[in-house]
Amino acid sequence: MEALFSITVGVLTACSVYLILRGRSFPIVMGLTMLSYAVNLFLFSTGRLVLNQLPIIGNQAEYTDPLPQAFVLTAIVIGFAMTAYSIILAVRVRGELGTDEVNAPSTKDEETSR
Amino acid sequence: MLYQHLVIMPILIPLLAALLLLLPWGDNPQPYRRAIGLISCLALLVVAIALVVKVSEGPSVYALGGWQAPFGIVLVADRLAALMVLLTAVLALPVLWYSCYGEDSLGSHFHALFQFQITGIIGAFLTGDLFNLFVFFEILLISSYALLMHGGGKFKLRSSLHYVILNLTGSSLFLIVLGTLYGITGTLNMADLAVKVSQLTGDEAYIVRAGGLMLLIVFALKSALLPLYFWLPQAYATTTGTVAALFAIMTKVGIYAILRTFTLIFGEHAGAAALLGYEWLWWLGLATLAIGGIGIIGSRDLRLVTAYLVVISVGTMLTTFSMNSETSIAAVLYYLIHSTLITAALFLIVDVIAKQRGKTASRIVKGRRMAQHGTLSLMFFIAAIAVIGMPPFSGFIGKLFILEAARTGAQVALLWPLVLGTSFLVLISLSRAGSRIFWHNFTGKVGETRHARGQLTAISLLLVAIVGLTVYADPVSQFIGHIADELHHPAGYIEASFGGGVVYD
Repeated sequence: MEALFSITVGVLTACSVYLILRGRSFPIVMGLTMLSYAVNLFLFSTGRLVLNQLPIIGNQAEYTDPLPQAFVLTAIVIGFAMTAYSIILAVRVRGELGTDEVNAPSTKDEETSR
Repeated sequence: MLYQHLVIMPILIPLLAALLLLLPWGDNPQPYRRAIGLISCLALLVVAIALVVKVSEGPSVYALGGWQAPFGIVLVADRLAALMVLLTAVLALPVLWYSCYGEDSLGSHFHALFQFQITGIIGAFLTGDLFNLFVFFEILLISSYALLMHGGGKFKLRSSLHYVILNLTGSSLFLIVLGTLYGITGTLNMADLAVKVSQLTGDEAYIVRAGGLMLLIVFALKSALLPLYFWLPQAYATTTGTVAALFAIMTKVGIYAILRTFTLIFGEHAGAAALLGYEWLWWLGLATLAIGGIGIIGSRDLRLVTAYLVVISVGTMLTTFSMNSETSIAAVLYYLIHSTLITAALFLIVDVIAKQRGKTASRIVKGRRMAQHGTLSLMFFIAAIAVIGMPPFSGFIGKLFILEAARTGAQVALLWPLVLGTSFLVLISLSRAGSRIFWHNFTGKVGETRHARGQLTAISLLLVAIVGLTVYADPVSQFIGHIADELHHPAGYIEASFGGGVVYD
């Protein structure tokens, strides 16, 4: 189970890094979303992977750590808001600048002449 | 009753104000919003002063929900946190006042975002829990994303996109760090982490070291250290003056976080993870200084010059911090107060200049005379002297502290030339800009745009704060000396975090 879990997190992270390093805003937003999935899975595993146990101490011999679940929940909420914002921003950049390239050469010249 | 809850008040006041500001205030909401914003900032200032007075007896701990550390989340106000809160309050009031003359109407919800931003910044200063720090970072970031766009415009859009993408990646990295640290130590309370990390050995210590260095990357991105500073100049140069002035404190949040975690958790007492990343900070800080110097001499726009001043100040502070002595930490803190106030003042002055010059804006070229030429040139002159580090203002004292903090020959050999060299480049750049803008004027028509006296008074308040920092350098440096002592001996902070149980009656 641990191997499968870590491979999943690793593959997700690798794909997201590849996507974030693209020069266009859509792949970057996809990459950021994927990275947040990978991070959430990773956070979830930091309490160690336990099957079929309650997050309550004292009731039974084995228990699962409740704190990472709370972390993941917070991270999901925040990540969701951030993703929504970055999508809107990317759409506006596309609309106003007419290109979805993060570093458009045409405007770059204007910037350097400032 | 309120005195007991003093530690959380600086977070609650702007948060409450922001929520009030979101209510519909009729057809003409701006006067109400301005009043609420200014009252909130004034109240914040009063509370911040009370907090500084309170913590001089020792750190105050506020256990949220009555759950004692390390099980619950605590807010810890020691001298450093209280000082940063006070600095934020001192900065926020004039900046908000300046914005109340029309700049706040350029986009919607400026005042609410401003207060949310303050909430996030102050929360980051006060929290004693790493995950809580992440949450407050997100609060300040999401409001900063929106504030950066305030007023609209093409250049703003692109630099905002860069800023947002970089910071989203940084946030993900922060979460990975939190997971790593939690996985090994089982806690995210900073005081508890400090104890647990110092006892680690073997493989676990290596994993925590890796986590610690990733944490340094996150904070370096916030504070704009060399390989991660590229977002800053364009973002600060393209946004409106008010927002840029408020953002003068943003890089300091990163520096505060480095100061806090890398003295408390990865400081001298951290066992296998002791003095983690200090070497990196030293070299990257020096390189940031050099790059900042080159950037400032190459900028042809006064806004960009001011933005590079932020980069230079970051390099100066982190290099000085990495020398790891009480004098160096004290020097960092004095310079931090100075540079926050002076960069904010400069951003506002440049904004006024750009508006009054009209078409040429803040580009360093020959232009027409401004309507309030004399006043502006005087303000620019004072601010420039302070920021260069020439006597008699606080910049000079700050640089003196920094140069004094260098102890060994190698430190002196590298730090002195770079600090003095960049100061010289700043001197050249600002005198070039000043003489072009104020002396090389077209004869003939004088600009017509005038600024309200209130706006100029708001800027003057920041300059007065600089003069105050110079005049009261002795008491300030004594207070800062205590902070440096506390940071260097974190036992007091740790003890206070655990001892501060329930605050309710």
